[in-house]
Amino acid sequence: MADSDIAPLAPREPAAPAGAEVLVIVAHPELEQSRANSRLLRAARELQQASAPGRIEVRDLYAIYPDYVIDVPAEQALLAAARLIVWQQPIHWYGMTPLLKLWVDEVLSFGWAYGPGGTALRGKDLWLVASTGGPEDSYRPDSYNRYFFDAFLPPYEQTAALCGLRFLPPSMLHGAHKAAEAEIAAHARTYVERLRSYPAWPEIAEAGECVDCEVPLTARPLENLAEEAA
Amino acid sequence: MEHSGWLTGSLVYLAAAVLAVPVARFLGLGSIIGYLGAGILIGPFALGLVSDPQEILHFAEFGVVLMLFLVGLELDPDRLWSLRKPIFGWGSVQLFGSAALIAVVAVAFGVEWRLGVVAAFGLALSSTAIALGVLAERNLMSTTSGDGILSVSLLQDIAAIPILALLPFLAGEHGQGGGWLGAAKAVGMIALIVLGGRLLLRPALRWIAKSDTPEIFTAAALLLVVATASLMNAVGLSMALGAFLAGVLLAESEFRRELETDIEPFKGLLLGLFFIAVGMSIDFSVVMKSPWLIAGVVAGFLAIKAAVLWFIARTMPIPLPERPVFLILLAQGGEFGFVVFQTAAQAGVITAPVSSLLVAAVAISMLLTPLMLVAAGRWWIPLLAGLNKPRLSEIDEQQHARVIIAGSGRYGQIVGRLLFANGITPTILDHDAEQVEALRKFGWRAFYGDATRLDLMRTAGGAEAQLLVIAIDDVEQSVELVKMAKENFPALTIVARARNVQHYYELFELGVEFIERETFDSAIMSARTALEHLGWQPHQARNLAMRFRRHNVAQLRQMAPHRKDEARLIAAARQGRQQLEELFALERQQAAERQARAGWSREPATTDRS
Repeated sequence: MADSDIAPLAPREPAAPAGAEVLVIVAHPELEQSRANSRLLRAARELQQASAPGRIEVRDLYAIYPDYVIDVPAEQALLAAARLIVWQQPIHWYGMTPLLKLWVDEVLSFGWAYGPGGTALRGKDLWLVASTGGPEDSYRPDSYNRYFFDAFLPPYEQTAALCGLRFLPPSMLHGAHKAAEAEIAAHARTYVERLRSYPAWPEIAEAGECVDCEVPLTARPLENLAEEAA
Repeated sequence: MEHSGWLTGSLVYLAAAVLAVPVARFLGLGSIIGYLGAGILIGPFALGLVSDPQEILHFAEFGVVLMLFLVGLELDPDRLWSLRKPIFGWGSVQLFGSAALIAVVAVAFGVEWRLGVVAAFGLALSSTAIALGVLAERNLMSTTSGDGILSVSLLQDIAAIPILALLPFLAGEHGQGGGWLGAAKAVGMIALIVLGGRLLLRPALRWIAKSDTPEIFTAAALLLVVATASLMNAVGLSMALGAFLAGVLLAESEFRRELETDIEPFKGLLLGLFFIAVGMSIDFSVVMKSPWLIAGVVAGFLAIKAAVLWFIARTMPIPLPERPVFLILLAQGGEFGFVVFQTAAQAGVITAPVSSLLVAAVAISMLLTPLMLVAAGRWWIPLLAGLNKPRLSEIDEQQHARVIIAGSGRYGQIVGRLLFANGITPTILDHDAEQVEALRKFGWRAFYGDATRLDLMRTAGGAEAQLLVIAIDDVEQSVELVKMAKENFPALTIVARARNVQHYYELFELGVEFIERETFDSAIMSARTALEHLGWQPHQARNLAMRFRRHNVAQLRQMAPHRKDEARLIAAARQGRQQLEELFALERQQAAERQARAGWSREPATTDRS
């Protein structure tokens, strides 16, 4: 039960860690039930321990904020220091887990991450590492999930775009419930390899510096319109 | 002459009380002994500063009347009604049982039967003044023994009237008032007081209160008691009983607290005077003449009454540790006994020397009562309390649970229950055997023992457990336990309850990482509720409360190094509070601006935009 990937008892007040180049945000509400995500988290932690300080920081959101009270300044400081932001999560109801969504709501704030003066994240990379319970072939028009999985990605892509983040091609593990041990192990190895080698990824070389960072005004929320109009 | 007599009298009584009572209290003897001692000291048989104790006694009896008024105020009609069985049941058992036994024993010792009966009824009465005074002083009014004592005292007050009325018959004469007429008058008067109290008292008090003159309200309160007492007196009923009735009638009124505070000082002083008078009235010349006889009478009637009372206490039942107080307070003789003996002597049923002998016996029993209470408190009650407790041996079987909880009070129980509900059975240590016994009945693994003892903690599994939850409420013991555990079981993680901030810091300095202040979170929950009721959205109130909590805890930790530097602590606390207030104010302002800017206010937004 007390698996090592469950964060050991830590003081309730998160001590703000020093920033790191690669910031891994893990948001899984039931890690003790998880096979894939717990494996990935453990692997990322091991990498953090083996890496030089300031290279990678792994944060298990549900362990740090079990009461859903997010320390916004601390989170923003970490984001500001990072070059790559990783969201590692299981897909729940075709989207983010609730604490990750709350984290987005509160940390990516108006005037900081977007809107006037909101340039803190500009030019950084965002990488979604997600798992789904259903197998890949359930994400088809003729199966019970009715859409190809790509249809559920726009909210992520647009969140990144609004903040000027470059949305790197997500890493998906479908059918995590039934995935073979070997498959999960291979997935974890690739994950760690990616975290280690960032930013030397082939797709980054292909993508160029920043994919269309400019957000058209019409994508801004209501208050901006009001302001522009005034 | 008259004038200076009054002055000297006040001087003597006040000085005696002011000197003797603090000394008695300082010696741990209680104020009643102080008053009695002061009375003996200034009375005719020691310094002889005052010569007429009887007159003072009559005057001071009004203190008893006031006291019963106050007792009545505390007792609304419903509660009195619920006491009807103990009053007439147990009260009668006490009075008639004790009187019959005393009379039988007296006659067996060759006392003439009429004298025996008079003595029996006089001695069977108990001192309401001392009994209720002690109950109030020790805050025992609402205990089982308190109810018992009050019930018996009330019955005695009721019964004293027929006893006094019947005394003349023993002398073979007829009573002054015709029996039936007297009874009718008495019933009529009680009905008058009850009805008048119901219908007139409250409007009258309201009208007086409206005048907004505090001393007139006090005067009205005193007048009320004096008037009821004299009405009762006029038909030959107990003044105290009348005052008690008036009190009960006003118990539910809005003036209860005010009446209490107004009457209280008068009652206190007059009762003090009353006890002084009792002390003065002990006729030591009688005592000197036949010391053994008096000792025998005192010991005899105390023993007989105690036996009857023990029977009552067992049958009622009164909890074991409360019985000594019940026994001692009701076994003593009472001030009403004085009146009985005097009346009997006047009626010629007993002779004057016998009367003073009995009065002396009663007074001595009243003097002994507070002393016996002190002795019982020191030796007898702890013994009974010990008997009442289940005897448990200390933990002696090696335990292997993952969690040890020290202390199973309200705090430890909640911790334990949540763990228990999640399949973890903690080992619980508590030094209260009764508590351990109770927890075991619910299937807990609870053991008796002092958690600060290394050997017991070893047996409880300190060396292999993961967690030690310290939930004991004694600060010193909690700190001691932490030291012991840190030294001997370094691998053990400690989760501790802090009684207050200083305790928190002590634990923190000893290296305890997980500390919760015991009232902090409940206070925050209340604040949250308050915000909600002031119009904040529940979820917003929750957010603010949780952030306040985090801020507060962080600040507490930050200030830990300066905890002995009070000035710095205060400055830091003030600064921290200011920071949070400013932050919240800024957020409110931003939210308001955003709302205004976006036209998101609750008013229809369309009017703003074309």
